[in-house]
Amino acid sequence: MRIYHFSEQPCPDAWAPEHKSLRVILPSRNCDPRVMAENYHHRLDEWMLADELGLDIMINEHHATATCCCPVAAVPLAILARQTKRARLLTLGYPIANRLDPVRVAEEFAMIDVISRGRLEMGLVRGVPYEVPLSVRSAVGQMDRFWEAHDLIIKAMTSIDGAFDWQGEHFQYRNVNVWPRVYQQPHPPVWITGRSPHNIREIAERGYVLGTFLSGFQTKDLFDHYRKACADLGRPAPAPDRFSYLGIVAIAEDRKEALRRAEVMVGYLRSSGRVAEPFGTPPGYFSVKDAARMIKARGKRTTTTREGKAVDTHHGAIEDLVKAGIMSVGTPDDVHQQLAEFVDNVGGLGNFLMMGHAGHMTHEEAVDQITLVAKEVLPRLQKPRAASKQAA
Amino acid sequence: MRDLVVVGASFGGWIAAEIATKTRERLSRLVLIGAVGAKFGAREKSDIVDIFATPRSRWEELSFRDPAVWLRDYESLPEEELTAMARNREATALFAWNPYMYNPKLRGRLHRIRIPTLFLWGANDGFAPIAYGKDYCAAIPGAKFEEIADSGHFPHMEQPEAVARHVIGFAGDRPRRRGDTR
Repeated sequence: MRIYHFSEQPCPDAWAPEHKSLRVILPSRNCDPRVMAENYHHRLDEWMLADELGLDIMINEHHATATCCCPVAAVPLAILARQTKRARLLTLGYPIANRLDPVRVAEEFAMIDVISRGRLEMGLVRGVPYEVPLSVRSAVGQMDRFWEAHDLIIKAMTSIDGAFDWQGEHFQYRNVNVWPRVYQQPHPPVWITGRSPHNIREIAERGYVLGTFLSGFQTKDLFDHYRKACADLGRPAPAPDRFSYLGIVAIAEDRKEALRRAEVMVGYLRSSGRVAEPFGTPPGYFSVKDAARMIKARGKRTTTTREGKAVDTHHGAIEDLVKAGIMSVGTPDDVHQQLAEFVDNVGGLGNFLMMGHAGHMTHEEAVDQITLVAKEVLPRLQKPRAASKQAA
Repeated sequence: MRDLVVVGASFGGWIAAEIATKTRERLSRLVLIGAVGAKFGAREKSDIVDIFATPRSRWEELSFRDPAVWLRDYESLPEEELTAMARNREATALFAWNPYMYNPKLRGRLHRIRIPTLFLWGANDGFAPIAYGKDYCAAIPGAKFEEIADSGHFPHMEQPEAVARHVIGFAGDRPRRRGDTR
């Protein structure tokens, strides 16, 4: 079991209740660059502490938002590639279907992999719907484009005998020749997020790590799609390290303080879901069937599974979020127990992606959380599990 | 087919204008109703309202002078119709997401249109403003511009008779070719 410490690097002072959309259109006038500089430094310090204490590191990126003030994941990755010593450096991830230039992606990844001496974990994502309005490319044919970008990135990294041409449907290049050669051979490990059975099958076929976010106890079904794909292909059952799950952790020496931290983190979740309506339903993102249903509802929030889940995630009470497996809250004992139960429930988990800092949480609180998880939770999760518990 | 009168509205007007810049071999007249497809305004602002940044609840308001008449009961629309709407929206994104509703080269080619051209524009068009329509008209040599009163972006839907009258009047006074016995 590995635990990756993660923060969205938010700019929490930038939002106020009157802002209808914290994404896409929120003016950057609301961002105080001096405050944001402090925030960046604190988050980087926290990741360096995670490295020292035996945790791994996860970075993500979003665009035009105060909720995640990291539009270029390559920047913190590059800093941490130099400043840390041992942690795996995961980005989950690069929205490669919205990017115009996959070869540039391969070049960024290659440099980070070499500077970190082979510690890059290369996460690729489709991205949330409200990233599409910020993209030059529409969501029509997005997954086709995603896989072509993926194929090109992998080929660019693994071609070491000189330049090649790429004449695809979505991308065209002459003389692709990525320098430096990647440190990890044949290429850094690939992670991809997935929700639909079809997508998870594509990830399983390639043997990549499946990324799942805040899907709680529905995560088991997602992992089962992966396991079934392996079985259908006549392959052995996938090891736990093929699976990852992102959950929120609020931990402290005493429960009362942990609950207070949970409130801080949940307050952030509740506001981070605020997206002006048209940006949540870009054409081409959803299946025609789902898009037709959304037209019917004239932009009102519908009660589908996907939308319903989003509402729960952003508005649920802490107790419910813990029960749903979205948050782990309490003392180190509590958090260990909740995570151990989750791991059992999903049938094994090799990578827990811990949102260990969110919203208005202070640097000191984040440091305390990281320290408690690294010293008191991770070692226990790494111990061989008692067989009786599985059987029970 | 010869001596065609081509009538295109909105996105269809864009297609008609593109055709007319390429050939007039078979065309005699061009009617553009609330056409999009060319860029006239500043780089920093879209000439056409961004439908993809517009809340679903405001679509009718942008498109029609009297949105209430056109507001449909989406709850009771048959599945096929909703599916067609969703597919249309996807097609719009496929063709016009970026550059949004224009071909950067079209404006510079509009001077090539050498057949009589008539612009019809809803006086209350909230989607493609009337000033945009006038810029478009000015870029085509000799083109005429008519406002359609009490209409938004789809005059052929809101004022079908007025539009038909204009189109028939414009098409009717075309010069016959020599040897044309019709």
